[in-house]
Amino acid sequence: MNLLRLSLNLLRRDWRAGEWRVLLLALVLAVGSLATVGLFADRVRQALQQQAQSLIGADLRITSTRPFSPAYRKAAEARGLQVVQSRTFPSMVSKGEQVSLSEIQAVEAGYPLRGKIEIDDGNVHVAQAIPARGTVWADERLLRRLDVQAGDEVGIGARRFVVAAIVVKDIDQSIGFSSFAPRVQMNDADLVSTGLLQQGSRLSYRLMIAGDAVQVKLLRTELEPGLSGNEKMEDVRDARPEIRTALERAEHFLGLAALTAAILAGAAMALAARRFVLRHLDGCAVMRCLGAQQGQVLWLFLYQFILLGVLAVLLGGLLGYATQALLVESIAAMRNASLPQPSVLPLLKAAASGFALLLGFAFLPLLQLRRVSPLRVLRREMGSPEVSGWLIYGLAVAVLALLFLWHAGSLKLGIAVLGGLLAGLLVFGWLAWLLLHGLARNSFYFQSQWRHAFNNLARHGRSAAVQVVALSLGGMALLVLTLVRADLLEAWQGKLPPDTPNRFVVNIQSDQLQPVRDFFVRQSLPSPELQPMVRGRLVAINERAISGDSYPDPRARGLVEREFNLSYMEQMPVWNELVSGKWWNKSGAGELSVEEGIAKTLGILLGDTLTYDVAGSSFTAKVTSLRKVEWDSMRVNFFVIATPDLLQDFPASFLSSFYLPQDKVRVGDELSRSFPNILLIDTGAVIAQVRGIMDQIAQTVSAVFLFTLLTGLAVLYAALLATQDERSHEAAILRTLGADSRYLRSLHLSEFAVLGGLSGLFAAAGAVLLGWVLARFVLDIPWQANLSVWVIGVLGGMAVVMLAGWLATRHLVQRSPLRILAAD
Amino acid sequence: MSGDSPLVILQNVTFAVEAGETLAIVGASGSGKSTLLGLLAGLDMPSGGKVQLNGKDLFTLDEDGRARLRGELAGFVFQSFQLLPALNALENVMLPLELTGAKDARQRAEESIAQVGLTSRAHHLPKHLSGGEQQRVALARAFVTRPRILFADEPTGNLDAATGAQVIELMLELNRAQGTTLILVTHDEALAKRCGKQLRLAAGQVVQ
Repeated sequence: MNLLRLSLNLLRRDWRAGEWRVLLLALVLAVGSLATVGLFADRVRQALQQQAQSLIGADLRITSTRPFSPAYRKAAEARGLQVVQSRTFPSMVSKGEQVSLSEIQAVEAGYPLRGKIEIDDGNVHVAQAIPARGTVWADERLLRRLDVQAGDEVGIGARRFVVAAIVVKDIDQSIGFSSFAPRVQMNDADLVSTGLLQQGSRLSYRLMIAGDAVQVKLLRTELEPGLSGNEKMEDVRDARPEIRTALERAEHFLGLAALTAAILAGAAMALAARRFVLRHLDGCAVMRCLGAQQGQVLWLFLYQFILLGVLAVLLGGLLGYATQALLVESIAAMRNASLPQPSVLPLLKAAASGFALLLGFAFLPLLQLRRVSPLRVLRREMGSPEVSGWLIYGLAVAVLALLFLWHAGSLKLGIAVLGGLLAGLLVFGWLAWLLLHGLARNSFYFQSQWRHAFNNLARHGRSAAVQVVALSLGGMALLVLTLVRADLLEAWQGKLPPDTPNRFVVNIQSDQLQPVRDFFVRQSLPSPELQPMVRGRLVAINERAISGDSYPDPRARGLVEREFNLSYMEQMPVWNELVSGKWWNKSGAGELSVEEGIAKTLGILLGDTLTYDVAGSSFTAKVTSLRKVEWDSMRVNFFVIATPDLLQDFPASFLSSFYLPQDKVRVGDELSRSFPNILLIDTGAVIAQVRGIMDQIAQTVSAVFLFTLLTGLAVLYAALLATQDERSHEAAILRTLGADSRYLRSLHLSEFAVLGGLSGLFAAAGAVLLGWVLARFVLDIPWQANLSVWVIGVLGGMAVVMLAGWLATRHLVQRSPLRILAAD
Repeated sequence: MSGDSPLVILQNVTFAVEAGETLAIVGASGSGKSTLLGLLAGLDMPSGGKVQLNGKDLFTLDEDGRARLRGELAGFVFQSFQLLPALNALENVMLPLELTGAKDARQRAEESIAQVGLTSRAHHLPKHLSGGEQQRVALARAFVTRPRILFADEPTGNLDAATGAQVIELMLELNRAQGTTLILVTHDEALAKRCGKQLRLAAGQVVQ
């Protein structure tokens, strides 16, 4: 017997009879939603990555205070990567009598490798090249300070240049202290002629590299170990802590959305597989009777499942590709963002996940068919052979766990959500069972059809509990999508309120504290909180001297080799969070508070003593607290804060951050003129960029959750379908015994009302719980559930399940009972 | 309908059964016995013709009206038992009483279960009962409402000879005790002979 051919024939017959449709639909939806989420997320991630790359102008950047060894460029070029260099230094730019300290950046042709520079040379457009020789591009700050216009000449060093264009949007600006000044961009070939390249000039070199991601990664591993102490290598992830957090949050969010879809798909498939097995018990018994061996029966269905899997993966992939394309087209911001094409990886991932779901949720139920007793032909009432429940659930859980970890992309998130979910499923399933039995036990208080409905539900206790749990999952996704998401996003976006500081002001001397405060009052701006800063180098931990060589990690080495910005204060900044230890009280002395990330990098523990070298003298103090710092708060943050007694006698400069409204931009220029030594850093552009990414993520999450909603509806459909044969049979018997259609309808509606109400209640509980977990552990924001989640959950659950149930069962009261009973 | 020509299942079947009588409908497979029973019980609709049950014309009633009439008057026994698999034996017997909203459903069902000798198996699910036991549960369910008429479709069709004989004895005994009218579809000539009347069908027509 050719099993494969027979399988195909059976598949065709079953297909005609509609047997495979539910399972296929569930699987196509599963793969489709995973593919949609995956492809969509991939495109957004790529776009975010590109945006982030444009901030450093490359995929990889090496910075140094000395010229690079030519070997670096050679190594990069050998890997087929693009390389350009820029040299940056501070210099005076003059126009007539007026001068302004500026940051001069000399760039090579090809710059920038990533991202775009927008210039205004009469009309605003993306720069296609670098400044022509003899010309420079300057930013608006320089034009304001020197009162220059495009076309005017300015002097830099020994040469004069024509300002050919105004830079409207720049890249490659880090919030380092070097970017305080206006920026002027020139052609690197002109640099020598300015005469500014002399011994002792403060040049900073940047080697920018871009190209194939794998080659960039390999180059990084190749060059990193050989970097000298003053060379620093960074890609987008090390370059910008605030962009990095935004990116990671995006990935968490998208991963989570994909997870919800996967769980729901699994639930739908489990329901569909159960129905399939129940409907095929007879056929299998007959085949066994006719001489088929267990193995043959197994392979017969296995082939069908594999064929089904392949078909579903193809259809689901297509569906996913089409929907994500539609999705991108339907969101204006994305349509205009010209998102990169998705890679093929998410499709493969979705396909593999589809097969894993098939294995986890359909394979073991299928295995039961193999063990059908041929005796069933004679005694139809013989139930299905039971595969150990633990085995079925165990496999499903194992598959889910693997998918979770894979799709979450983060061990912490995967385990937290999976653990919470499994515990939730068990608790909710058990609660549902308990409630249904409680209702049945107290049913004599109710009218006849309610009593009957409660008894029916309690008698089907286990399967009703499974349905409630499956429906609550769908409902939970729905509630998270609608109510909770809106709340969460609002709270999250609220982290960057409109008055988020957009200027840093640094290098204020102690005798300028009062004049600066007065200046702010005169300009009707709130007086800034000025914080002291002392530069010091960490020289010993627990009395043991350390140096760069003590750490293999290049980041740690860099931290030890340079000077830290230390500060002292009595109160902890409100935007910091105490992680462990205790903040000192007013009389506290000799204590230090360290940021938890840097403590981890440098291996500093609570209670350790640190020795710092400040301006030639040193002090030792004990670490009494660890803090968590929000790097994207756009406020002044310090790695290490000391009690005032330790640092207040050292020379300090002061700094602050403040919000400068758009209509008061000129105040900044006036501050620079009034206090020439003070540096004013504009972080507005960075904030705009972070907020832009947040908005985009918010839109993406809304769209991605739409698919979770669809899968949730598929669960409802599968749940109704799974019980339809039983309901149809029961309805026929009841009608034979004298039940009229009104009775049957109200019986069904009562059952659906109870199922829907319970599902809605659990869905609300799950959504609130999930919202809290997201708020607390992923987004790190305070959040309070809205009461409406509960009301809408319960009423909505009842309405939706009653409507869907009515649609699915309304024909049951119309078909002839004789036909249903005769079909058995 | 089958193709272009109408498929005739029953034609020119006319007979009357008086209260308390027993009638056996016999005939070969496909002769239309079960279809006739379904029509008599109002489980299906004919393309033409009339069935009067207790003086009421069945086919002037809608499906709900027929269902209520069945609930009031009729009991059923099927070849494949037709117990609800999720309900235990007692609950299956309680079902028709629950449908009418009877307050003493449990007590009456327990009595009925006792009459068929299954008190010790009352809390078992159908799948844990033998075929004979299942059919006895079905009998208890059929008689628990004290029906005026009992429709039985091949009640021994799925049972071995000895078990079948026990079930038949039980059914006839309950029938006698309650004075129920019995309409029975069977292959079994011996069983048919124990009924007061026989109606023989061949190709949808009465042959005797």
